[in-house]
Amino acid sequence: MAIATVTLQGLYEQMLLIRAFETEAERQYKAARIGGYCHISSGQEAATVGATHALDADDLLVTGYRCHGFALARGVSPEAVMAELFGRVDGCAHGRGGSMHLLDVGVGYYGGWGIVAGQLPIATGLALALVRQGRPQAVLCELGDGAINMGAWHESLNLAAVWRLPVVFLVMNNEYGMGTSVERASAVTELYRRAAAYDLPAERVDGDDLLAVAQATATLLEGAREERQAAVLELVTYRYRGHSVADAGLAYRTRGEIDEHLRRDPIFRVRALLAAEGVPDAELDRMLALAQERVAASVDRALASPAPAVDTLARGMYAPGSAAQFARMIPGSPYGERELVFAGGLGE
Amino acid sequence: MSAAAAPPRSQPQADGYGTATMTFREALRLALREELARDPRVFVMGEEVGVFDGAYKVTQGLLEEFGGDRVRDTPISEEGFVGAGVGAAMLGERPVVEIMTLNFVLVAMDQIINHAAKIGAMFGGEVRCPLVIRTPNGAGNQLTAQHSQSFEGWFAGTPGLKVVAPSCPADAKGLLKAAIRDDDPVLVIENLTIYKEHGEVPLDPEFLTPIGLAEVARPGSDVTLVAHGYATVRALHVAERLEQTHGVSAEVVDLRSLRPLDVETVAASVAKTSRAVCIEEGWPSYGVSAELAARIQRVCFDDLDAPVERVGMAEVPLPYAKQLETAAMPGEDRIEAAVLATLGVGA
Repeated sequence: MAIATVTLQGLYEQMLLIRAFETEAERQYKAARIGGYCHISSGQEAATVGATHALDADDLLVTGYRCHGFALARGVSPEAVMAELFGRVDGCAHGRGGSMHLLDVGVGYYGGWGIVAGQLPIATGLALALVRQGRPQAVLCELGDGAINMGAWHESLNLAAVWRLPVVFLVMNNEYGMGTSVERASAVTELYRRAAAYDLPAERVDGDDLLAVAQATATLLEGAREERQAAVLELVTYRYRGHSVADAGLAYRTRGEIDEHLRRDPIFRVRALLAAEGVPDAELDRMLALAQERVAASVDRALASPAPAVDTLARGMYAPGSAAQFARMIPGSPYGERELVFAGGLGE
Repeated sequence: MSAAAAPPRSQPQADGYGTATMTFREALRLALREELARDPRVFVMGEEVGVFDGAYKVTQGLLEEFGGDRVRDTPISEEGFVGAGVGAAMLGERPVVEIMTLNFVLVAMDQIINHAAKIGAMFGGEVRCPLVIRTPNGAGNQLTAQHSQSFEGWFAGTPGLKVVAPSCPADAKGLLKAAIRDDDPVLVIENLTIYKEHGEVPLDPEFLTPIGLAEVARPGSDVTLVAHGYATVRALHVAERLEQTHGVSAEVVDLRSLRPLDVETVAASVAKTSRAVCIEEGWPSYGVSAELAARIQRVCFDDLDAPVERVGMAEVPLPYAKQLETAAMPGEDRIEAAVLATLGVGA
C-alpha cells in the first residue's frame, strides 16, 4: 500500500498517542485513580493503528478488552477514554464500562467486550445486520490469540462462512493468552491456518510492520465489503507489559525476550521510515511531545469530570418506557432497592 | 407503550376485529406473522425454523410467506446464533431467535447473561439490544433429565433482561408481540405441553399484552394460587376441582411476566384471601416461587393466615420411567393437596 508521507505522519502520531496513553494509564492505575482490570497494549501499536486505518468511515469495529488503543485509533477522544478509565460521567460509557467496555457508536465502535471470544458472535450479528440493511460496509472484529480456542470462534467463523457475512476476524497474536504461550495452548501455532476449516481466506503478517498490516487489512476488508467474503487476519505482535497491570509479565517469559522485542519497537520502525522520507528529527520529536501533552490534558479533563451520581445507578439498564413496566415490582423489594434502583429513573 | 388491555379469558372483544379460537402454537405463529409483516427489521432465526417448519411447528409456513432472509435456518450453534441476534439487535434489527427447548439455552448462557443483559447498563445507555428469544420449557413426555427442565427463574433473576411466560393463547400472541416491540432483550418462555391448548385470541394486529402486568385469571376468595406458563393451566384446573369437591373458592393469579414481576396484583389478591400457594414447573429452591414467597411475606405479613406454600418439580434430575416422572411433576393432585393443607382442610 502506497501511503503518503502525510498519512504516515498521522498514523505515527496515533501510535505515539496510544503509547503515551498506555504509559500514563498504567501510572494512573498505580496511583489508584483507575480500578478494576486494566489491560495495556504497549508494543501493539502498529497492529492496532494499521488495522484501524484500513476501516472506511462507515465500517464497524468490535474488540476484546485490550481496547484503549483501538478506541483512540478509531477516533474516540483521549479525554473520553481517560474519563471512562477514571469512572467519570464524561467517559465514553459514562463511567459504567471502564477499561474493558469502551465504545462509541458514533464512530462505529461497538464495544470493548470483556469475555474472551464473546465479541465474535456479536460481530457476526453486526455483519448480518449490515447485509439485511443493504449496507456495503464490513465489520472488523479484534480478538486475542487466546480467543481462538473458544467455541465461539468456531461457531462465528462457520456462521460467517455459511451466511457469507462481511466480517474480518483480526487475531492479535501477541504470543501469550494471559500467561499461557500459544505453543502451550493451540495445536496449530500459525493461527491463521485455523481458517482453512471454514474455507475462509486468511493471512499472517508481521503485526509490527504498520504498512503491511494496513495493506493486508485493507485487502481483506475490501473482499468483505465487495464480495461478502469473511476472512481471518493474524497479526504477529507482542505486548511489553503484563496481561493486566496486576501482572508483572515475567512469570512466563524472560526479561531478555521483552528486551529483544523492544529493540524492534514498531514505533521506532515508523520513525525510521519517516526520517528516510526526509521528515526532520525535530519534527518527529515535536510529535512525541504533542502526544504526551494531549494525554496529560486528557488526565486534567478526566479529573474535572464528575463521578456519576448515585441516584443514576440504574440508568441505561432498560430502555425508556421501562419504568412503567417495573412499577408494580416495587412492593416487597429487597432492602434499599426502592431507593437505589427504582427511584433513580430505571429506564428513563 | 400503547397496549390494548388484555381481554378477560374467552370473552370476545368488540373492536371490529373480533377473536378466533386457536391453539397456543397458532397464536404464536399469528404474532410472528403480524410482526414480520409490520416491521421489516423483524426476522426469525433458529434451528429448523424454516425448511423443517419449526421443531414444534410454531413457525410453520413462515419461510414460504416471508423468504429465507426473514426466516433464517441456523446450524446447531446456539452460542453463535444467539450472539448474532445480539449483534444484529445492536444495529437496530429486531431478531426473534428460537431456541428449540430451554434446555439448549445453556450453551448460549454467556451471550444472554453476560452480553445481552449487560449492554444497556454497561455501555451507559449508548446502545440497546432489542432481542427476543423464544423457547419452551417443560416436562412430561419422558424426555428425561437433559430435556425436561424449567429454569426460567435464573433469567428472571438477572437485571437487564425481561422475562415473560404466557399461559393462554391470547397472551401468547399479546406478549410475543409486546416483546418484539420492546427495546430490551426479552426472553419468552413457552411450554411443550401448552402448545396444543386452545383459547380465544384477539385478531386486532395492535393487540398487545403489557409487559409487567399480571392477570387475575380466575377470581376467588379463599386462597390465592400464583403461577405462570403451564403451571397456570394446572392451577385453573385445580381451582375448578376444588370448587366442585370442597366448595373452595380459589383465586388464580397468572403472572404473565416474571421480570418485571407484578407484585401488586399478587399482594392485592393475598390481602383478600390471606393464603397463597405458589406453583411452578421448575425446581422451587431459589426459584420463581421462592421469590414470590419472600415478597408476599414482606408485603402481606399482617394478612397471612397460613405460611406461603410452594409446589414445583421434585428436586431431582428428571428420570425416564413414566411413573417416576409423573410423581416428580407438579401435577394437579399435588397442587390440590398443597392448597387444602394451606386451608387446613383434610383431603
